[in-house]
Amino acid sequence: MTDFLTKYAFLIIPIVKIAILVFIVLTVDAYLTWIERKVIAHIQARWGPHRVGPHGLLQPLADGVKFIFKEDPIPSHVDKVAYFLAPFITLMLALTSLAVIPFGPQKFTVFGYETHVGIADVNISLLILFAITALGVYGIALAGWASNSKYSLLGGLRSSAQMISYELTLTLSVVGVLLIAGDFSLRSIVDQQSSAHGLLTWNIFPQIIGFVCFYIAAIAETNRVPFDLPEAESELVAGFHTEYASMKFAMFFIAEYTSMITVSCLATILFFGGWLSPFPVSWTFTHYLPSVLLIPFGLFVVYDGMRYENLFGRIMLPGVGTALTAIGAALLVFPALNGAIQGPFWFFAKVFTFLFVYIWMRGTLPRFRYDQLMSFGWKFLLPVSIANVVLTSVVILWRMH
Amino acid sequence: MTASLLIFLVLALLAIFAAISLIVQRHPIHSALSLIVVMVALAGLYLLMGAEFVAAVQIIVYGGAIMVLFVFVIMLLNAEEEERTNFSKLATYAGIPLALAVAGFIAAAIARSSGSLPTAEPSGALTSTKTLSNLLFSDFVYPFELTSFLILVAILGAIVLAQREN
Repeated sequence: MTDFLTKYAFLIIPIVKIAILVFIVLTVDAYLTWIERKVIAHIQARWGPHRVGPHGLLQPLADGVKFIFKEDPIPSHVDKVAYFLAPFITLMLALTSLAVIPFGPQKFTVFGYETHVGIADVNISLLILFAITALGVYGIALAGWASNSKYSLLGGLRSSAQMISYELTLTLSVVGVLLIAGDFSLRSIVDQQSSAHGLLTWNIFPQIIGFVCFYIAAIAETNRVPFDLPEAESELVAGFHTEYASMKFAMFFIAEYTSMITVSCLATILFFGGWLSPFPVSWTFTHYLPSVLLIPFGLFVVYDGMRYENLFGRIMLPGVGTALTAIGAALLVFPALNGAIQGPFWFFAKVFTFLFVYIWMRGTLPRFRYDQLMSFGWKFLLPVSIANVVLTSVVILWRMH
Repeated sequence: MTASLLIFLVLALLAIFAAISLIVQRHPIHSALSLIVVMVALAGLYLLMGAEFVAAVQIIVYGGAIMVLFVFVIMLLNAEEEERTNFSKLATYAGIPLALAVAGFIAAAIARSSGSLPTAEPSGALTSTKTLSNLLFSDFVYPFELTSFLILVAILGAIVLAQREN
């Protein structure tokens, strides 16, 4: 058995890693919907989901069950092939893009096979991401076209035009980072940002213009507020997914949240130092930050849970709180574990911040009008990102001489 | 059979079948989709040869930008399924034998000279993006800039044609 594992480790370990990553991402997607509904509800002075499970924590599970068991009618005169293909393309590309993202610095060896935190560590990972983004538009465009509905068609057309326009900015805004790093590999882009001084050497400071362009274009690429014209409900019912129901609709939904995660990971890696700690290396006491955050939060959840209104909540919430506290305590007790968790901790902290900004914007900003969207993209964002490339090149050349 | 040969065969067959489907399909959108599959399969073949940058650019430019425009235009014009017409007489009596003859000639030529044909030099270090861009912007800078200029002129021409009516 061990021989077999050692021999085929190059095949088995990636498959296991893919399975784990897909499980994690789908769970995060599900709970992202819960967080989104809760955060927006509180922004709008409502409670949000609170019926299924304590604080609505089991709502994602209920939603999943609903999606699976709902009737899935197929509208008449749809283009069968494209209609079925569209959600699959969208979801497949969204999940594939996560494969090239590195989540942490450590290498570890399993059965004599050295591997990284993350699935594939390739030297053109950024280009692969852009290639996948470039194909991503087909899912939405096809869904809109195949549905045989004018709302869907308009949504699909809008999304094609929007994604072509903002893809230029998305790609150009990253060129500044590439010029500084001199490499397409996301891992070496992060390594290049590391120094003893913590956050001072992150790319965000020399590339602040690039970051702003990147983030705006990325939101447009993921079709989120304020750029969610392909599904503008006040104009197009539900845009490109009007005619989809049940699991096929859920696939579009999961794909959207997965692309949000990918974009947040990318922003973290390119501009905010990936898994690097924002504090100087000499501040070793900051290594206890995960425990310092987890233990009080866990204890608060226990305290809050004991006062919860129904018995289920009084059992579940203290259980979750105890688990969180235990993880925090374990990190204090085992320094090796704490050391290993540092990279992923900072990575996910930053990614979560970006995801929160996504949700925050949805609760705050109104939608663009279509002509505003186009003139903003072509007449403002694109020139600014080109200027950023020129400026960065000039500064780099000036420093070389 | 090695893994790379297996991947090559899968990608090559995929590209060929998609190319046939591109011609055979009756709906423009299905043809466009087949063309995308061809592009992506070709990118896979480039990747297999170690030309990572070319593979990525193949997908970004051809699979992404250009084909999106194709699909966009087909959707915008709301092109319907094409009617099947009877083969023209010329195609039946001259075209099919001619096509077969050309295919036969090519196959015969390849079969005869496959032993004596020289293999291309392995590109080696050229695959890295840095060496590629160094070559492009030093040795081949004039052809490169000329091509860019040509494309720019074409874009301007398209804009002029589109604006003429106003």
